[in-house]
Amino acid sequence: MGVFQMPSLGADMEAGTLVEWLVAPGDAVKRGDIVAVVETQKGAIEIEIFEDGIIQSLDAEIGAKLPVGAPLATILAAGEAPPSAPAAPTTGTAPEVVAPAPELATVAPAASEGLQPRPATLGIAASPAARQRASERGVDLGALKGSGPGGAVVLADVETTAPERRETPKPTKPADAMVEMRKAIAAAMQRSKREIPHFQLSQSVDIQTASDWLAARNAAVPPAERILLGTLFMKAAALAAAKVKEMNGHYGVDGFTPAPQVNLGVAVALRGGGLIAPAIPEADKLALPDLMAAMKELVARARAMRLRSSEMTSGTLTVSALGEKGADAMAGIIFPPQVALLAIGAPKIRPWVVEGEIVPRLLATFTLSADHRVSDGRQANRFLAEIDTALQNPEAL
Amino acid sequence: MTQDEARKVFLEELLKVAPDLESDEIGADDHIQDDLELDSMDVLNLVAALHARLGVDIPEQEYVEIATPALAAAYLSRRLAA
Repeated sequence: MGVFQMPSLGADMEAGTLVEWLVAPGDAVKRGDIVAVVETQKGAIEIEIFEDGIIQSLDAEIGAKLPVGAPLATILAAGEAPPSAPAAPTTGTAPEVVAPAPELATVAPAASEGLQPRPATLGIAASPAARQRASERGVDLGALKGSGPGGAVVLADVETTAPERRETPKPTKPADAMVEMRKAIAAAMQRSKREIPHFQLSQSVDIQTASDWLAARNAAVPPAERILLGTLFMKAAALAAAKVKEMNGHYGVDGFTPAPQVNLGVAVALRGGGLIAPAIPEADKLALPDLMAAMKELVARARAMRLRSSEMTSGTLTVSALGEKGADAMAGIIFPPQVALLAIGAPKIRPWVVEGEIVPRLLATFTLSADHRVSDGRQANRFLAEIDTALQNPEAL
Repeated sequence: MTQDEARKVFLEELLKVAPDLESDEIGADDHIQDDLELDSMDVLNLVAALHARLGVDIPEQEYVEIATPALAAAYLSRRLAA
């Protein structure tokens, strides 16, 4: 039996508000299923579960603001029997060592046969059906006198109670959302600047060849199949990250752990302000049309503030592109616990020397911010060189 | 399709791509990228939506022709008349 807890959806998340359950007790779930929606400073995040099993009980109420680690649900492994009557109290000599505080929910004694364990966070004994109906009807379980075994609230108790006008969790107003998002960005960036010894390397890359190749490709296909130049940059960055391990991974209490795959964080500017960097898993292995489709989908969901928990936490390197118009270059701040961030300036036509001649070429400045605890200029240099090389052979991307 | 009709369709699709925009706040000469802050992904989505709805395939080098609602109305009605 496992406890499904409020996940940390970023280095600086302290709590989240449960806004929706997408499963009910008795449902079979498998790893990767979306089971709940949690409102965070970065919008509503769809929470995925990381084990297979059966939902035994939902242990958190809709609307509750819960700290990271708080129990949300109890999961039975496939084939595992639900907990029955509490085990007989241990007799004999008292244990010499005080047992560590039990994990909430897993070991709370069941009130009685057929009733779920009492969720310690709520402290109210209630059957799953009663709990669900109470949630639907807006009835406060704590205000009910249970008629079930041990005073537990059962379905009938809820049915016979008139719903009170409980305030439903109201969606965060845009202005509030913006304030919260700014707080989240501030917290992550302050931590980054405090903890990560950044250094930056920049390289101007001639992207005329890549741009010409893409224009010819896009001219032959309808709009829905066109690819953006930014997608080529993302692919090139993902390939470079796969080759230069010191730029791809996480830095934690045990130091740097290189990631076995490249989950490319894509910084998405939200209209009206704010920034979010969900990840595309194994971006280095995606063909350009697939990567383009993944980016389209991700940007749409990021703008709608509807991302998944894995996308919020799995990024191993983030890329931030300034887009078609804008500044020449940007030195970005690394998104912890990652160890590098690639910022790409707006492409500009500039005089460039090709085979001894000054010619107009489309250039873009790639600036890598890297973590000096993990890498030196040599690796950063190699990373940028890999990108340059990749972009000179766009058909191979 | 008249310019007025084309302009209406353009604005409808623009608002689908950028739902936070208010239709009465969009000026005829507002630049969709410089003023309305669409990025290249938004522009591509808009071009794809116009293609799906009107059957007008706008090549990349002609994206500048739909840079403002006024330009787009003239361009789309011209393309549809051809």
